[in-house]
Amino acid sequence: MTIAWHAFTPWSALAGGALIGLSAALLILGAGRIAGISGILGGLFVPRSPDTRWRLAFLIGLIAAPVLWGLFLPLPAVPPVAGTEVIVLAGLLVGVGTRYGSGCTSGHGVCGLSRLSPRSLAATLVFMGAGFATVYAVRHLLSGA
Amino acid sequence: MQVVIALAAGLLFGVGLLLSGMAQPAKVIGFLDLAGEWDPSLALVMAGAIALALPAFTVARRRSRAWSGDALVLPTAHRIDAPLVLGSLAFGVGWGLAGYCPGPALVSLGLDSAAADTFVLAMLAGMALHALITRWRRPA
Repeated sequence: MTIAWHAFTPWSALAGGALIGLSAALLILGAGRIAGISGILGGLFVPRSPDTRWRLAFLIGLIAAPVLWGLFLPLPAVPPVAGTEVIVLAGLLVGVGTRYGSGCTSGHGVCGLSRLSPRSLAATLVFMGAGFATVYAVRHLLSGA
Repeated sequence: MQVVIALAAGLLFGVGLLLSGMAQPAKVIGFLDLAGEWDPSLALVMAGAIALALPAFTVARRRSRAWSGDALVLPTAHRIDAPLVLGSLAFGVGWGLAGYCPGPALVSLGLDSAAADTFVLAMLAGMALHALITRWRRPA
């Protein structure tokens, strides 16, 4: 393993992470709910849920963030890392997987680990491991690099 | 009140994702590529987030009401079962293929990326599929 020092951005990563943690803290203490994005989004498919209003409000804030950001700073360029067919397959896997797995990077990774939940630790280890293995397969086994 | 707090939390979460680099798929892949030139940045996103969220959840465990007056709801499931493991496995594969997890994908709707828009549509289809299957299995 070699470290990509030229790409390493420790301060913005820590500061961005701190804002995410602050958001999770605000949502649990202020509104009594877990900041798990897949749960908030997927929960909209549950008919007649009393949680629909705050879920929509959170998602509106999340999606509006680039608008606020763009008032002060240039938005990052985000070139895709895969072709359309792979993106569609990946989206389906993430959608189905996070709902069966009851959470994603935010719900299990941030909130679950902060609650010291063994179930969330297990989920986080599995999806991180699968992510590492997938990138290894795509970049080092299949591409022949 | 709950709605206003949720809106603020969503905005804060989105700005955090943009600042952290999580909304850049190439950076996510750089973190997941242990065998290549590894960019450890995203481990620090997790560290920064947990540093603030952990004390908040420690306080939350002792409370039954949020500031908004609504019930404070913490997850009660604790079994490590097959849906948790297999679902997380599928999620991890998708994350590694596209470099998007759900939060960054939604934020990227505002970043002029056709790939992100496609990813979000497919992700919504996956979630709808799960909702259909689980409702069909457990008729009301």
